[in-house]
Amino acid sequence: MKLIVENLALSRGGQQIVSGISFELTAGEALVVTGENGSGKSTTLRGVAGLLPLDHGQVCLFDETGKQFEEPVREYCHYLGHKNALKQNLTVRENLTFWQDFMGDTLLSVEEALEEVNLSHTIDLPSNYLSTGQKRRVAIAKLLVSDRPIWILDEPTSGLDAQSVDMFSHHIKAFCEDGGILIVATHLPLGLKDTKTLKIGTEPL
Amino acid sequence: MIALLKREIVSSWRSGSGALMGVLFFLTVVTVFPFAVGPDTRLLTQLAPAILWIGALLASLLGLDRLFTQEREDGSLDLLVMQSHPLMLTIFIKASAHWFTTGLPLVLATPLFGIMLNLSPAAVGVTMVTLLAGTPAISFIGTVGAAVAVKLPRGGMLISILVLPLVIPVLIFGIAAIAGASNTSQPFTGPFLFLCAITLFTSVLGPLAASVMLRHSAD
Repeated sequence: MKLIVENLALSRGGQQIVSGISFELTAGEALVVTGENGSGKSTTLRGVAGLLPLDHGQVCLFDETGKQFEEPVREYCHYLGHKNALKQNLTVRENLTFWQDFMGDTLLSVEEALEEVNLSHTIDLPSNYLSTGQKRRVAIAKLLVSDRPIWILDEPTSGLDAQSVDMFSHHIKAFCEDGGILIVATHLPLGLKDTKTLKIGTEPL
Repeated sequence: MIALLKREIVSSWRSGSGALMGVLFFLTVVTVFPFAVGPDTRLLTQLAPAILWIGALLASLLGLDRLFTQEREDGSLDLLVMQSHPLMLTIFIKASAHWFTTGLPLVLATPLFGIMLNLSPAAVGVTMVTLLAGTPAISFIGTVGAAVAVKLPRGGMLISILVLPLVIPVLIFGIAAIAGASNTSQPFTGPFLFLCAITLFTSVLGPLAASVMLRHSAD
């Protein structure tokens, strides 16, 4: 599987934020997107995830034989943005079960996924009782309940303590070793080896 | 998709702005009318179907702002639009859930309010049938208003302003059907079938327009 992003340009509110973004990722590779605050990291990730109309360029996904997938790339992606996509008044179990049913392609059961992020004890609590870090961990568990070959993560470690960051690095490593394609915007070193790096918004003066 | 329907209904029920709130609002509107109209029961009987319809119309608008704005605020909207399910179908299910939690309880509460307005059992029955056929259209049209106002943090009022003019045909045919049932000089079947047609028509067009709107308002 190969993800090719070519000459991407994206705007927000009529102003072009990023342009000329190109990269290629094959199965098992990770791309770390870095840049200052406001440089357009999130915009780039949303563009790749198909959540923003592209001004220019294209995002394509090819299988092993070099054939392009007909469906939009977004259908192959997990997207974890700044918000966790959890309904406050539903329990953790209800939230995860819903996303698992809605996204399809079951990978781990809800119980197993929560076990992976050390939150088994919160399974029947309403989501709004959880702390910021715990909510983030539930959102990470959401990546594990459905199988998607591409993970697009925007500052996934915000709100996590050191121990949870380790747990998270372990998961993304396992994901890449299984042949997943990872695109992550982060300021923290996540312990990934052989990553590609995309630096946004640092044109030399 | 069943999962989505279940989630919407459970979430709406727990948030407290669903069924009960709609019925209570309906009750308030219906209760205020007799005070405004005065103690003339004959006049009240005559106005009752209109009062019930307007009450139901206003109550159905409640919760439309929750349809997409809240999803956007908690980040769920991104994931809902990314999946392989047709977005139109997702919106159709959300609109149906909105009807189950606001429209349907209003229909079921109508007999109680009919008594308050001095309506005969037969007239209550006809009003219920027309509301049953007509209120889904309000939810479906409502998706368009909700999709337009999705980025506005306090878009509830705007949604009402956008949606109310669009549901006037529903109101016209609903009231015409009730008049037809109680008055032999006017037809019932014609307006009633029009009402059903509007609901079917909007069940396709509403989610379609809303899905186009949501795709283009992505940010």
